[in-house]
Amino acid sequence: MRESGSTTVRAMTWARRRRAFSRVWRELRHDRPGFIGLLLLSGFGLFALSAPLIADRSSLLAASGRNNPDLAAPSSKFLLGTDEIGRDVLAQLVWGSRVSLFIGLLATVVAVVIGSLVGLAAGYAKGKISAVLLAIDDFFLVVPFLPLAIVLAVILGRSPTTLAIVIGFTSWAGSARLIRAQVLTLSERAYVERARALGAGSWHVIVRHVLPGVAPLIIANATLIVPTAILTESTLSFLGFGDRLSPSWGKLLDGAQSSGSITINAWWYFLPPGLCIIGIVLAFTLLGRALERIFDPRLKGR
Amino acid sequence: MARDPLLVCDDVHVAYPPRRRGGKPARAVDGIDLEISKGEIVALVGESGCGKTTFARAILGLQEVSAGSIVFDGKSFPATADDRKSFHRRAQIVFQDPTASLNPRHSVYEIVAEGLRIHGLSDNEHEVVTRALERCGLHPADRYLSKYPHELSGGQRQRVVIAGAMVLEPKLLVADEPVSSLDASVRGEILGLLQTLAREQEMAVLVVTHDLGLAWNIADRIAVMYLGRIVEIGATEELLARPKHPYTQALLSVVLEHLGMVQQILVGEMPDPTAIPSGCRFHQRCPLLQSGEAKKLGIDSRCTAEDPVLRSDNDGSSVACHATESPTRVAC
Repeated sequence: MRESGSTTVRAMTWARRRRAFSRVWRELRHDRPGFIGLLLLSGFGLFALSAPLIADRSSLLAASGRNNPDLAAPSSKFLLGTDEIGRDVLAQLVWGSRVSLFIGLLATVVAVVIGSLVGLAAGYAKGKISAVLLAIDDFFLVVPFLPLAIVLAVILGRSPTTLAIVIGFTSWAGSARLIRAQVLTLSERAYVERARALGAGSWHVIVRHVLPGVAPLIIANATLIVPTAILTESTLSFLGFGDRLSPSWGKLLDGAQSSGSITINAWWYFLPPGLCIIGIVLAFTLLGRALERIFDPRLKGR
Repeated sequence: MARDPLLVCDDVHVAYPPRRRGGKPARAVDGIDLEISKGEIVALVGESGCGKTTFARAILGLQEVSAGSIVFDGKSFPATADDRKSFHRRAQIVFQDPTASLNPRHSVYEIVAEGLRIHGLSDNEHEVVTRALERCGLHPADRYLSKYPHELSGGQRQRVVIAGAMVLEPKLLVADEPVSSLDASVRGEILGLLQTLAREQEMAVLVVTHDLGLAWNIADRIAVMYLGRIVEIGATEELLARPKHPYTQALLSVVLEHLGMVQQILVGEMPDPTAIPSGCRFHQRCPLLQSGEAKKLGIDSRCTAEDPVLRSDNDGSSVACHATESPTRVAC
């Protein structure tokens, strides 16, 4: 009896999740900008996954371009031409998509984890803890973010992982605010009061009532942090603070600029990474805005 | 009357801190004495804003008590977290709006089982949940287990809320306006359910309401509250037939016109709880003072200067009014 009881409960929970998921999927399919964003994103995902098929990793090495012409225009051998030391631009672009996506996603995870924890704590705790957390949050909201990221990147090193952590660490403040606001309204609900009257502690209230309520918002918000993180990575790399060894899109732009390819109009060098950055930022923004529309009841029907 | 008191509230105060710096605190509950025995249904009646909901929340520990003591089941109010948890197993609350008190993401089963899970009572969970639902009039329970709150009617939702409280077999159930958001047609059913549960479980019920008619239908005793304090308390029949406090008289005269009472419409509004009048808190609106009756009794100066205490009468009721202390009784 007890076993059957708990299994039916689990089945019910899963049925509810399936229903919720199919509702989101249905709404997303009918949201044109959001669906375009999703398609675009899938395209980038496939592009990044297919890197080994398009070019060998070794073609990223400086030595690989020794026998090739420098800054050659696109040809059948080099679909997107070569850079100033004769390396295949397409190879750098496709492998660079991995670096950019990896940094964007890892930075988002870092930002969302910090932002959610701070937002939950600031919204749930009252009094001094909340005030201190909000003060820290305010600091990160107003501090000029690029100089801070540059300083941290220089101090902590420049591997893609540390770069992602630096970017994540400097971009959580907005989502902490957002999540705190939602937690504040949720914890005033009568069902939270009812749970307290049943004897629930803070842990139960947060895990069973508050977190499920803010989760959709966190997902939508995360989707909007990714493009900012990718853009930041590109900026840092373009300014020369990126990882010298991994070919991100920002680093490609940096190479294009410093090699003078813009002056001699070697468009195949600077245009593809620029377009890719615009494309992925657009894809994530479109999808994130759509998810926000679907998940945030306050934006419904606008 | 005080056979085996389950809940003893002694001079309970709840004050909300002032909104602005230098403002006065709002004394929402301003010295309440109340005893509730096992299996007894007590109605706490008052206008909106008189502090009755604050008092109900204070009993459940959902609102901090600023002064006074609450003794429940022989133990004074729980101080440690463990005590509080076991206290919450024995005292439960039902809120006014069943729709808001149910998490829309949880199924009926999860809602009713929530209390059991909080207290780690997972033995025969399915059985206990089913029984609680059926006891609250939702049968066959299987039909409701996998439903979500939005699929239920208002009355069914309130039954689910009550079932969720009853799984823990509480000794005290506080019902804050349990039927005021429900259709008239289901009010009687929910009240009947509360009465049945109180009788079968020997459970004490404190019904908080603004509706004297409801109190009359369900309660053994009625406590009338005005501006943070109980001004009159007594057995239901006695209090409704012979109200002693002028405030109770005025309330009753409006509701029970057919009993031949002269309607008394109170002037003005209840004062702000940040500025409780001196003397008797009711004196600014008291019909006795306005009609000059108090002057005839020679108590008018005391009414404006001296705070009347809740004084027990020989018939078991208690009133806080200077007029009832004087030898000449006020005729209704």
